[in-house]
Amino acid sequence: MGNKMTGAEIFVKALEEEGVDTLFGYPGGALIPIYDEIFDADFKHILPHHEQGGIHAADGYARSTGKVGVTIATSGPGATNLVTGLATAYMDSVPLVAFTGQVPSHMLGTDAFQEADITGISMPITKYNYLVKDVNDLGSIIKEAFHIARTGRPGPVLIDIPKDVMVSKSDFDYSKPVDLRGYKPNYDGHPLQIKGAADRINQAEKPVIYAGGGVIISGAAQYLRELAEKAKIPVTTTLTGLGAFDEKSDLSLGMPGMHGSTEANLALSHADLIIAIGCRFDDRVTGKLEKFAQEADIIHIDIDPAEVGKRVAIDIPIVGDVKRILKKLNLRVEKKEANGWGNQIKEWKNVDNNNVKAVGVNGALSPRPVIEALSELTDGQAILATEVGQHQMWAAQFYQFSRPGQFLSSGGLGTMGYGLPAAIGAQVGNPDEPVFLLSGDGSIQMNIQELATIKKNKLPVKMIILNNKYLGMVRQWQDLFKDKRYAATCMSRQVDCPPKCKGPNDKCPEMVPDFIKLAESYGIKGEVLTEESEIIPALKRAIAEDGPYLIDCIIEREENVFPMVPPGGSLYEMILEEESE
Amino acid sequence: MKHTVSVLVANQSGVLARIASLFSRRGFNIESLSVGQTEKKDVSRITLVVDGDEKHLEQLTKQLNKQVIVYKVSNISNDPTVSRSMAFIKVKADYETRSEIIQIVDVFRGEIVDVANDSVMVEVTGDEGKINAMEELLEPYGIVELVRTGKIAMTRGKK
Repeated sequence: MGNKMTGAEIFVKALEEEGVDTLFGYPGGALIPIYDEIFDADFKHILPHHEQGGIHAADGYARSTGKVGVTIATSGPGATNLVTGLATAYMDSVPLVAFTGQVPSHMLGTDAFQEADITGISMPITKYNYLVKDVNDLGSIIKEAFHIARTGRPGPVLIDIPKDVMVSKSDFDYSKPVDLRGYKPNYDGHPLQIKGAADRINQAEKPVIYAGGGVIISGAAQYLRELAEKAKIPVTTTLTGLGAFDEKSDLSLGMPGMHGSTEANLALSHADLIIAIGCRFDDRVTGKLEKFAQEADIIHIDIDPAEVGKRVAIDIPIVGDVKRILKKLNLRVEKKEANGWGNQIKEWKNVDNNNVKAVGVNGALSPRPVIEALSELTDGQAILATEVGQHQMWAAQFYQFSRPGQFLSSGGLGTMGYGLPAAIGAQVGNPDEPVFLLSGDGSIQMNIQELATIKKNKLPVKMIILNNKYLGMVRQWQDLFKDKRYAATCMSRQVDCPPKCKGPNDKCPEMVPDFIKLAESYGIKGEVLTEESEIIPALKRAIAEDGPYLIDCIIEREENVFPMVPPGGSLYEMILEEESE
Repeated sequence: MKHTVSVLVANQSGVLARIASLFSRRGFNIESLSVGQTEKKDVSRITLVVDGDEKHLEQLTKQLNKQVIVYKVSNISNDPTVSRSMAFIKVKADYETRSEIIQIVDVFRGEIVDVANDSVMVEVTGDEGKINAMEELLEPYGIVELVRTGKIAMTRGKK
């Protein structure tokens, strides 16, 4: 065999073999040997300002490019800072490979400096993980990890490398194909099940397609469109599925569920057939399970057998890759013309039941026109990252998504602090695409340090904060279900505020921080937006700016997200608007 | 309803932790578990007894199958199988009761594996019912200590 290589050299060589072009990493004591090799590596290295920022950036990179995101952090606190990012990626099936440094093998289990049992900690939030005990296994482990991360139902894989493994030597051979006895995803759906599904679709009078993130991951958007258009089936796309189906289409119903559109929820409730594709019947989608789609048969197409029948009984399960299955299914599905069901859907769609007002109380800015203007100006084509909360739901409702991989949002885990770093990862992975971040004033502060990463890497990310000085989604629940007892949700509240404040008044203190001054201190331009007439000019200034730009939109403080299916309610029991006082 | 599930897994460190962690976070209750190497050095067999309905068991089987280190999951509850577990029971025994205890143990084809001044240690092997019955009969003499293994099982014939 050829020359022996150190573990650190193998790390770099394996990443190059995998075609990795960007590594999001943060060095530390246990990573010094590896960083010494990274110094000379061909791939790009992006230094976040917190390991959590690094892993979310890798996640945003992965979701927007379809490639595996790669991140590295040091042992102990570096590793534990990855936890939220791993859980976020695991919930939304994002392919990541996360490396961590570890204390030397002989010190494992001794509570050594910066030791944390990250394989133990991350077991339930990774698709698989490894502790490398022998440098001779390192190459094959890395190859397996990439294979596991990107195939089947994708997910994060973690590799923990003790420091002594990085400096030990081994032969390097990356040519051996991966063969894992316990891991053989099933890609081709069962032909009889596909035939059965096609027959059922051909008979259906009131079918609805419920499409999730799996359609995007599988690269099946084209075949979804073909199925919908051929058989004239309306399509509702989940939060992680947004972009899988062009929302400008007459057949698009928008998002289902808790803050879904009335037409999506009514269609699901009245359908006689639901074709669920690459989705998992999340509680935020189904509402009260016993009342979900009572009149419908359900076809469920998903690559993960454990999702089939997990929450809802399935009439026709098809386990396999969504794209392969849809290709075969479409051949058997008959062409149909619009019918009474189509007219019913049209009727539901024509009523704008979304009662988020275009103008806020007292003329304050409403979030809706800001997002609608952004959607118009970018022709529904921009990459849009969000944080979590009201702004996220408004983005889902009012931005007209048109293509897969453009919407980056933490759906399953609901991670505040995801959006800003995810936008960074997306911009690094798509240098020529416009990337926007839509955030709230609470969420953006969870990883605000990444403004430095944006500036230093000259990333032209445009950031829009919908600033209502509240943790708005929780405040909304307090408003609707807790008699406006705004416990700990006011972001402008200071120690001398009245103890049981019942909402905004003219004595409210100034918001801390001043986001524009903060951006300025990072060398990022920005402006405050308060007037509706200034929305379009402000967005145009942001778009025209070569570098990053931040718009702090001061919006109506107590606007709520509607429609809303109350927690525990069924989909057809939506709250459409605020009760007038 | 109780089910016996036989799981072939990779024989490597951390496997049991993975399975245990999966069971606790998905809310599956393990009644008993035993694990040991099979005829192949790199494969272990875990025999689980779990309580739950069919839906529960289906989800458990699927979640187990998703694990990279799991090779095969079989629900052998309805297959013809031979299954055994084993117990040590330490029972109070004095000059008067010792021979009675020995008689009971003989009937169950158990064995006395240790004799002390005031107690004897009994070894018994069999299915769950047999061990329960033995425990019940020894109860009146005063059980000092009891330890039971998990069940191991093998399907009969070719399979």
